[in-house]
Amino acid sequence: MINESAVYWSRALTELTLSFHIIYATIGVGVPLMIMIAQWTGYKKNDEHYILMARRWARGFVITVAVGVVTGTAIGLQLSLLWPNFMQLAGQTIALPLFMETFAFFFEAIFLGIYLYTWDRFDSQKKHMLLLIPVAVGASMSAVFITIVNAFMNAPRGFDIVDGELVNIQPFLAMFNPAMPTKVAHVLVTAYMTSAFVLAAIAGFRMLKGSKHVYHKKSLLLLMKIGLIFSIAAAVIGDFSGKYLAEYQPEKLAAAEWHFETEGKASLVLFGVLDGEEVKYAIKIPYALSILAHFNPNAEVTGLDQFEEEDLPPLYIHYLFDIMVSIGMFMVLVSLLYVVGKARGWQFIHSRWYRWIIVAGGPLSIIAIEAGWWLAEVGRQPWILYGLMRTPEGATTSDHVDLMLLLFAGVYAVLAVGSIVVLVRMFKKNPIEREIEDRHSEKGGDIL
Amino acid sequence: MTLEILGISVLWIFLFGYVIVASIDFGAGFFNAYSLLIGKNHILTNIIKRYLSPVWEVTNVFLVFFFVGIVGFFPQTAFYYGTILLVPVSISLVLLAIRGSYYAFESYGTRGHIGYTLTYGVAGLLIPASLSVVFAIAGGGYVDLIDGQPVLNYWTLYTSPFAWSIVVLSIAAVLYISAVFLTWYAHKANDSEATKLMRKYALVWAAPLMISALGIMYEMKSINPESYSHMVNLWWMFAISAVLFIVTVVLIAMRKKYGLAVGLLIAQFAVAFFAYGIAQYPYLLYPYLTIYDSFTSTQMAIALVIAFILGLCLLLPSLYLLMKLFLFNKKYVTGKEDNHA
Repeated sequence: MINESAVYWSRALTELTLSFHIIYATIGVGVPLMIMIAQWTGYKKNDEHYILMARRWARGFVITVAVGVVTGTAIGLQLSLLWPNFMQLAGQTIALPLFMETFAFFFEAIFLGIYLYTWDRFDSQKKHMLLLIPVAVGASMSAVFITIVNAFMNAPRGFDIVDGELVNIQPFLAMFNPAMPTKVAHVLVTAYMTSAFVLAAIAGFRMLKGSKHVYHKKSLLLLMKIGLIFSIAAAVIGDFSGKYLAEYQPEKLAAAEWHFETEGKASLVLFGVLDGEEVKYAIKIPYALSILAHFNPNAEVTGLDQFEEEDLPPLYIHYLFDIMVSIGMFMVLVSLLYVVGKARGWQFIHSRWYRWIIVAGGPLSIIAIEAGWWLAEVGRQPWILYGLMRTPEGATTSDHVDLMLLLFAGVYAVLAVGSIVVLVRMFKKNPIEREIEDRHSEKGGDIL
Repeated sequence: MTLEILGISVLWIFLFGYVIVASIDFGAGFFNAYSLLIGKNHILTNIIKRYLSPVWEVTNVFLVFFFVGIVGFFPQTAFYYGTILLVPVSISLVLLAIRGSYYAFESYGTRGHIGYTLTYGVAGLLIPASLSVVFAIAGGGYVDLIDGQPVLNYWTLYTSPFAWSIVVLSIAAVLYISAVFLTWYAHKANDSEATKLMRKYALVWAAPLMISALGIMYEMKSINPESYSHMVNLWWMFAISAVLFIVTVVLIAMRKKYGLAVGLLIAQFAVAFFAYGIAQYPYLLYPYLTIYDSFTSTQMAIALVIAFILGLCLLLPSLYLLMKLFLFNKKYVTGKEDNHA
């Protein structure tokens, strides 16, 4: 028995919750690492500015963590509420990483609480800094475990089906599925990259608003370096993901690339619009798709012609692919120019228009995260468990899902507005100049 | 001990952990809001903030742990409870979302905003009320199977005296647990005003707690005779719980040994909670689902138990560190040190 409208609204509500959650979750995974790096740099260089960076980021981080925690709790329960049949099956096969994720989350929550409420309490900054390691590790590990669950949905294995019954379940085989390495790596590095560019955007914005403080210059350079490293890593791992798709989920790659006919020497399609089966106004890079898929310019790439109509994902995912890739490349360029320009003394990186580009980099990176997730998730339609369970079979049969969608949409709107208002007020009321002054008067000039 | 019993025991312990820490948390939020309304917030706010600040997100993890764990150990619960609880649990989630985020907004953003504080306090009482409905549903009588799909009968549920008694009990328990704990905490902080006030609340909420608990026993007789007879067989556990309750109330009334009172209170609830749980055995959802027909595969169960033990090795020392630094740190509790970021 399938309740069509419940399926539709369940998909809508899941998409809404996840799209909202990943903004805060990405920041939640990446920012602890940034705080740790800042604290460490401050400790090594004996420079109070970096210590203050860690403190100010941590303060803002609390707000995003709060929203991340509550929306994470929401999606955690919604999985069972909206997809009970799927969760019943997943419970038997993929419960282990789900379970481990809560431990990672627990670990992070405990040490974040300690870190936040022990400023200046320990004699050495080093002791305080050590508290950040479990926070950053816990944050990243929870991303690792939850991404493993998602990877399983794309490449389910670790069990046999005999007469419709699941037997011979191997939890570790299910965890270390073929989709796992590229997914986990891509999620982690893009979270670090996005967090670096979001924080850099704030620094850039303060400078545009007239703050001449050296604090912002230091933070911008540090973040641009981190962003450069992780955006390059994201591109490299993205390339591996392409190879994974060609091997295991060729219809996702073919749909994302509008690759209709199976052929060798396949070219990569960038941009363009689809008119029936004809691609218009696109940039085609010869051989690039064959290289992306198989590391070989002559290799044959499976096209959409090889699949049944009902097994194909929607073709609009190509636009999502374009958005993700072009923003990723753009951010590599922006950070590369900044870091090289800083070393070579190029003046344009200090100009107002370049600052505006840096400011735009924050929201753009978040858009790329959203587009990437939509591409990955819509790209595995019509399956909830690839090749095994179609999405409608996993959904709830209960009514009122549409009402719940309205309810949650209202809550997320309140959370979004609340968190933005609080964050803006927090930093407007207490700019860096004032915090440094306060700190000097508190400590009588002796900072570290 | 079979793996099924081990699994459900572990989950029940974590659920109990959530009941205690969440009760302290929810009750504290309510007392804070109430004190603002009657103009006594200068007495309570500091002591409550001081306790809540470092632990607010840890509380939430206990809940997450429980619902992830139950799907892991008993995957069929996802099918039954997932399908029937869409509306009640979504409402709890909305309340949790408001409450969880507003705490951070309030303490880091705009301190002392009345709207925040009141919302926070009221949501804190509605959450246990909305979550405790699940206990009533688990007892049976509110779920029909239609075409093999479980459907919740809202009308029977919302007109059921049994369900409402559970709601009343959960609210009374939240306020009582929280008041006893905060009496002790305020006493430790040498804050005699707050101790006095919280002590009064603890005594006020003791009576409704007992009355609603007895009411539930009475109604169970007709609703679910099977677990009622189990409960009668376990009378000695409920008797122990009652004795612990009386001793706690006497200690509080005589202004003696608040620390011991908190210990006895936890023991009282632990005994009652486990007796209630044992009386439900072997059902997870009466009469459709038992812990045996819904258990996960042996391989997964063993993997989960190993993960659980390793997780505890990480968790217990960390929790100990958290308590040592805040709850049992004289300087922090008495307010000589704040040091928040």
